[in-house]
Amino acid sequence: MKILIVDDFSTMRRIIKNLLRDLGFTNTSEADDGSTALPMLQNGNFDFLVTDWNMPGMTGIDLLKAVRADEKLKNLPILMVTAEAKRDQIIEAAQAGVNGYVVKPFTAAVLKEKIEKIFERVEASK
Amino acid sequence: MLGAESFEGQSELLDELKDRARGLVERLEQGDFPAAAEMIRYINEARDRSIYREVGKLTRGLHEAILNFEIDATHHGIDNDNMSKMANAQERLDYVINLTQKSADKTMDMVEQGIPVAGQLGADARALQVDWQRLIRRDMKPDEFRDLYHRIDEFLGKAAGNSSELSEIFNSILLAQDFQDLSGQVIKKVITLVQEVEARLVELMRVAGQVEQLTGIFRAPEAEKQKTTGADVVAEGPQINAHERADVVSGQDDVDDLLSSLGF
Repeated sequence: MKILIVDDFSTMRRIIKNLLRDLGFTNTSEADDGSTALPMLQNGNFDFLVTDWNMPGMTGIDLLKAVRADEKLKNLPILMVTAEAKRDQIIEAAQAGVNGYVVKPFTAAVLKEKIEKIFERVEASK
Repeated sequence: MLGAESFEGQSELLDELKDRARGLVERLEQGDFPAAAEMIRYINEARDRSIYREVGKLTRGLHEAILNFEIDATHHGIDNDNMSKMANAQERLDYVINLTQKSADKTMDMVEQGIPVAGQLGADARALQVDWQRLIRRDMKPDEFRDLYHRIDEFLGKAAGNSSELSEIFNSILLAQDFQDLSGQVIKKVITLVQEVEARLVELMRVAGQVEQLTGIFRAPEAEKQKTTGADVVAEGPQINAHERADVVSGQDDVDDLLSSLGF
């Protein structure tokens, strides 16, 4: 299971990386915005994407849309972990095809629950 | 209309305008149009002068407001003399970002260092426990017992070492929280600055309002507000007062409710 973590703050990437490692996901890579993440995704055989929304350069929502528009990547499960908490934003992310949405600040338990739920669904749809 | 105390030199201006107006009426009654036109020009000039004076005051007020953005600059390594106060405020906020970043990095370094220590301690204890249970059940050969005997001795020594290592790590984590105090102080100063800027801006608005009245400039009742309901949803960052806004979720439960209402 290869996971890409995208957040402009290294602290947050590290927290997520540690939480994922705790959940047994040790194969993680990091990117600090959508424009660095997208080529990594296109070349890297990632199984899962965790992304922030608000980042300089390419935002998480644009990254989400770009991934869904990419023939090769469009089925990649995506979890958004973000401080963006407006209903409109959550609806926009949902319409763009996000698989899960976690608002910061979050707990390890919430992250775990959302990730497990996403994988359950991915398994069920196979 | 303006109150008598509204701005300096107002009564002088009014006196001058009255004089000129009387002059204007006299010239008109005399049928002296060139002279009347001259009077009108004087009146315009008097009005313009007062506008310039007000604009000058505004500019001075603004300049003063900027100069007054004096906040005690004691942070090491920052050359405050060559920096505007606003740039200084930015620098201060950058300092807060750096400080919190460093604390977070330090804390996570310590946690990453501590997790394997705690993990190893637990793993060793569990391994010993298995053999210890066998000993209790008297299900152990003398050779194995001698081995266990040494391992327990080794484990006890290691446990003591590990525990003092963990204590040190906890202490470092504790100390890494000093950013709260330091960044709090810096942020408070920037808040003071912002409040001061706000007060000055309100003052500027007030003076500007007087100039508008004086010059008879009318603003459009309400400048066309940019529609915020456009297609582009703008990232806002963390919500400070989520419970005061209806368009914002107040936590993960709200997000989950919203998503499930959308069929997630």
